[in-house]
Amino acid sequence: MALRITVNGEERTVDADPDMPLLWALRDHLQLTGTKFGCGIAACGACTVHMDGFPVRACSIAVGDAEGAEITTIEGLDSPAAKAVQSAWQDLDVVQCGYCQSGQIMSAVSLLEETPQPSDEDIDVAMSGNVCRCATYVRIRAAIHEAAKRMEG
Amino acid sequence: MLAKRASAAPLDRRSFLIASASAGAGLVIGFQILPKFAYGAAPGAGPIKVDPNAFVRIAPDGTVTVLCKHIEFGQGTHTGLATLAAEELEADWEQVRTEHAPANAALYNNLHWGPVQGTGGSSAIANSYDQMRYAGALAKAMLVAAAAEQWNVPAGEIAVAKGQLSHAGSGQSASFGELAELAAQQTPPSEVTLKDPKDHILIGKHAPRVDSKSKTTGQATYTIDVMRPGMLTALIARPPIFGATVASFDATEALQMNGVEEVVAVPQGVAVVARDFWSASKGRELLSIEWDESTGETRSSDQIMAEYRTLADQPGLVARQDGDSDAALASAAQVLEADFEFPFLAHAPMEPVNAVAEITQDGCEIWTGSQIPTVDQGAAAQILGIAPEKVTVHTLYAGGSFGRRATPDSDMVAEAVSVAKAIEGRAPVRVLWTREDDVQGGRYRPMYFHRMRAGLDEDGKLVAWQHRIVGQSILKGTPFEGMLVQNGVDLTSVEGANNLPYAIPNALVDLHTTDVGVPVLWWRAVGSTHTAHSVEIFIDELAEAAGRDPVDFRRELLAEHPRHLGVMELAAEKAGWGEPLPAGRARGIAVHESFASFVAQVVEVSLDGGTPKIERVVCAVDCGRPINPDQIKAQMEGGIGYGLGAILHDEITLDGGRVAQSNFHDYVPLRIEEMPKVEVHIVPSEAAPTGVGEPGTPPIGPAVANALYQLTGERIRSLPLSKHELRGA
Repeated sequence: MALRITVNGEERTVDADPDMPLLWALRDHLQLTGTKFGCGIAACGACTVHMDGFPVRACSIAVGDAEGAEITTIEGLDSPAAKAVQSAWQDLDVVQCGYCQSGQIMSAVSLLEETPQPSDEDIDVAMSGNVCRCATYVRIRAAIHEAAKRMEG
Repeated sequence: MLAKRASAAPLDRRSFLIASASAGAGLVIGFQILPKFAYGAAPGAGPIKVDPNAFVRIAPDGTVTVLCKHIEFGQGTHTGLATLAAEELEADWEQVRTEHAPANAALYNNLHWGPVQGTGGSSAIANSYDQMRYAGALAKAMLVAAAAEQWNVPAGEIAVAKGQLSHAGSGQSASFGELAELAAQQTPPSEVTLKDPKDHILIGKHAPRVDSKSKTTGQATYTIDVMRPGMLTALIARPPIFGATVASFDATEALQMNGVEEVVAVPQGVAVVARDFWSASKGRELLSIEWDESTGETRSSDQIMAEYRTLADQPGLVARQDGDSDAALASAAQVLEADFEFPFLAHAPMEPVNAVAEITQDGCEIWTGSQIPTVDQGAAAQILGIAPEKVTVHTLYAGGSFGRRATPDSDMVAEAVSVAKAIEGRAPVRVLWTREDDVQGGRYRPMYFHRMRAGLDEDGKLVAWQHRIVGQSILKGTPFEGMLVQNGVDLTSVEGANNLPYAIPNALVDLHTTDVGVPVLWWRAVGSTHTAHSVEIFIDELAEAAGRDPVDFRRELLAEHPRHLGVMELAAEKAGWGEPLPAGRARGIAVHESFASFVAQVVEVSLDGGTPKIERVVCAVDCGRPINPDQIKAQMEGGIGYGLGAILHDEITLDGGRVAQSNFHDYVPLRIEEMPKVEVHIVPSEAAPTGVGEPGTPPIGPAVANALYQLTGERIRSLPLSKHELRGA
């Protein structure tokens, strides 16, 4: 059936089963492939997107339940926090394989929008749901602090 | 979104000007094919002739594209390979891009492996160090020749820097892009001189990663992102136990699922082919399959380990023998014995394995992230009954691998091609694996059992050593068997044990290779994932028995091994070895060589309830001349985190042959709150560069175990640590 969802500020129509996870609607139907599949059970965070401003795991939200909500994916990130996070990530060369990093960045942007000067503990709590098998965690932590600094400055 | 096709398209003269220079000529000549697979070793520099056209392209807009024969799956190899070429080319780093080279065993073979294009054994930089520098130097010489011709000045008077050529006498200057077309018509010189390392501006300095921007904006393309016109998605129902086969299946219900187009039998199981992932996934749940389990592996892990333990009572095939260890043990003043157990481990890269296959009129195109693309090329050709050169392999970034994407039997490519063939090539097919498919899909780091015995004399001197290893061979039955299994000993089972660096007059390392019906594979650092663990813990036990400090004890035994010694001393010094720690904290150390790189780590641990907390890791690495120090640090950080997750939490267990774990809730990855502070120190060196993708992983487990012993008084000899209840002593 035709479902209408708002993604990155645009209203889009998806012809899919309303039970289809938002992740696969984004990837397979809207070709927004920056959001990744990692586990399908909300245990790794690779599929993190923003739904009405909050980070959610797109693998565990039915696309039918996303009707009427504002969805932002990595492709649509544009806030000051997003720019600070992406530039800090680039300058510190956080990425390795990069596959989880869209999700990491979505979670980090949410954190900084809520908590502009996070402590290490705040970072651990906000980022615990995002797995990186390359274990880039040392640099994720450093980049979040760096982004916080840049937002302040 | 289309995957990039440029890498396999015919070279376009406008955009690949330099690439056209010697079209039709034998492109690469004179590569030294090593008499045997130089696994993990840095072979002596032989004569090497390089055609720059295979590796460097310069476009009229000045973009320098470095073609990378190795896959980028996080280890930073594209940045490293580009650094080597750009250093000699004198390119401006800002103008440098990278691209995966197409599969071609003649042009892009791993020089340590013979005629195979492959990434593994932390060999990318080691085997490419000369090749990529020569490629850059030759391309520069062609640009210089072009400028000399255009300006009518002697080539020797032309200066090159930051992507610009200039001639001081005439005041002429031009960019690489402006000269690219004329450069393409030059003949590469037969000889060039490489730069003196003291003049390096990129090697050993900071060159930012070439893939940071695309990977922080969602633009990087992985196999899972490939979309071909009309492409279908397949999920495969695989046997519930390894080695079982399909007896019969009923697809009636699955076929009624909206979006499911076909259900086909393939050698790997039953494939549900659908218009998207979700339909395929729902369809697969509705399949009814009768499995024939008569040929399957039905043992449980406990049973297998019990059999290994019994086997360890008997001598195995000798991998190393010095002196007479039996006699030395018999006359030793003190004999220690310890058994170690290691579980199966899944690689669990973030991107579950996958591949896309498209059967065309001319042959077949494959999109995947493979560590051995030319082997995959052959596998696809064999399934389709066509010549390998009819198979084009597009290599894409992989979302991690850690060895999982280096399957000698090309599992993911074989599946995609088999499904495409089963639907008679009517559409491109992508085969995706779910996380459950991945965790339960085998190709694990094998289970191992180790029995260690050692003897000390009256003075506490280590006089005897016996190390018996029991476990499956990774290489048996693969194309690599002939090169890496010697006298029945799979070198990947004993590496890290048979090259024990400690000076012990009487030493024996032997091996029982077992027969278990579970597919196994190399896992980041391969044999050293278990051998380093048992050796480094046992050495600590022996130090204690000898009444010696662990660093002091190793120092004496490593006197003949300056590079082991160098990293150990550096890590110990930077960590403040011997200095007092706050109550509730303890230190442990381990040092290990893998793939000709040397790493020592000192960890500080504490206990949070019964749970170990790793507070700090001080790591020293000697990987020869450092190419990109920041990426060396990144690989040490990552290697430590990867190893730490495994030793803290992970095991794959079999229950009646069925895998007990299925996803990240029970195959638990390391998370950010568990990641220690990591300091990395690089030993300055002018030795030939070696790899860093794997060597950071082996020391972390034993260093943690040694530190926990200081805290708890308990020697933990089976993994993962989460199986043990730990209490402060």
